[in-house]
Amino acid sequence: MTEKLIKNDKRIDGRKLDELRPIEAMVGVLKKADGSAFFRLGDTMAIAGVYGPKKVHPRHAEEAEKAILRTKYNMAPFSTETRSRPGHNRRSTEISFVTRQAIEPVLFLEEFPKTAIDVHIEVLQANASSRCVGINAASLALADAGVPMRDLIASCSAGIVEGKKVLDISGKEDTEGELDLPIAYYPRKKAITLLQMDGLAKRSDVKQLIELAIKGCEKIYEKQKQALRKRYSLEEVMHEKEVKV
Amino acid sequence: MAEESDRKLVIPGDPLGEGVAGHGTFEEDGKIFSKVIGLAEQKNNLFFVIPLRGIYNPKRGDGVIGKIEDISFSKWIVDINSPYQAVLPLNEAVDEFIDLTKTDLTKYFDYGDLIFAEISTVTRAKSVQLSMKSRRCRKLRGGRIIEVTPAKVPRIIGRSGSMVEMIKDLTKTQIVVGQNGLVWVKGENEDIAAESVLYIEQKSHIQGLTDQVKAMLEKRMGRTFEAKPAKEDIFEKKEGDYDDRKTDKE
Repeated sequence: MTEKLIKNDKRIDGRKLDELRPIEAMVGVLKKADGSAFFRLGDTMAIAGVYGPKKVHPRHAEEAEKAILRTKYNMAPFSTETRSRPGHNRRSTEISFVTRQAIEPVLFLEEFPKTAIDVHIEVLQANASSRCVGINAASLALADAGVPMRDLIASCSAGIVEGKKVLDISGKEDTEGELDLPIAYYPRKKAITLLQMDGLAKRSDVKQLIELAIKGCEKIYEKQKQALRKRYSLEEVMHEKEVKV
Repeated sequence: MAEESDRKLVIPGDPLGEGVAGHGTFEEDGKIFSKVIGLAEQKNNLFFVIPLRGIYNPKRGDGVIGKIEDISFSKWIVDINSPYQAVLPLNEAVDEFIDLTKTDLTKYFDYGDLIFAEISTVTRAKSVQLSMKSRRCRKLRGGRIIEVTPAKVPRIIGRSGSMVEMIKDLTKTQIVVGQNGLVWVKGENEDIAAESVLYIEQKSHIQGLTDQVKAMLEKRMGRTFEAKPAKEDIFEKKEGDYDDRKTDKE
């Protein structure tokens, strides 16, 4: 008999059903990148580096009228409980792709024709919702790189665990829960730029889950804005921060 | 916070009000928003944002520092610290007649040479052409290059050149600032001048920076600076600055 994941509306890590894990956001963590950010949701953490706009290699990939956005999602071998094989795989290729689609709508790519913007997302520790954390870090890193954007993108997940709707799936809830639904959210337009679902649910439940996830995204959005402002506030000494993990 | 009375730190997506969208902003449903991280300013109903980060996007008329990357039959290919390469055609660089069948173009500019040139055209497809016809354009020999964020170049130059003139005067160095974020420094006190340029880059969002830099430099150099009336041409050549373009390698 496995332990129950939810007791008296309290989750296994002590959170309420609609509570996010602790958020930490930092901007400008990599010295050599044009823009960078670190984002953490509980035990899931990722670092994103942005390089560009820069010349496109290979040349045939360039587009005459806009910049191309290239995203690369990668999990560090030490990010999971059992070591994961380094290098790309079917899963990381898919996540790289959906990350690009989630972020692209807010970028003014037409301002830099014939260039490429590279976004590298490195998951340092994974405990569910790593694609959401990656998207949050990537959107901060793009803003830090000075790439023109309409808005930041915030992302988080919702799901069903033991019949209850919960926000921000973590750890065991991901592996043993019934459903996981990550979304990415474009706050000002109230638009969803990423919607995936792993599991089965009724139509009405899906609607409620999306609403729940949007609430989480709005909280994350506030934290992202704070982190970005903090980078340029007077109290902070620029260029002297180090990665605190 | 880095907020000042008329300048406010904004991030992408911050609403600025209603009016006309200047650079660094965009309009959506009649409202103006910032699209970059930077300092927002308003002139009448025109909103614009001075970016704090970003790469150099070539603009017509900008003076830039470039490095000769390649030489072809009748033009030089120049790296201008931007995703876009620039082309310097022969006729824009050299005044005299040249017999291309007999002349080696490295005689004028060799691989790796640094030049200060003006951008004469930028097409929509981002082909960039340079010109060296202006008096302020020349080859930069010796010295060193400092890389700064292109968005911060206006701060290094200061209002009508006040900042750079002060550093030049106090450290007795030659300084050329390119709009593309490259700064060329040459002279005995190169180190101190370079340091102050990097200092400005780091503190660029602070008001009254000129005074801070002035105090720092006066202490370092042990002498005081008296501001001269603002010069019209900040790139005016001083005595002793000779025109490299004509005399080089001849």
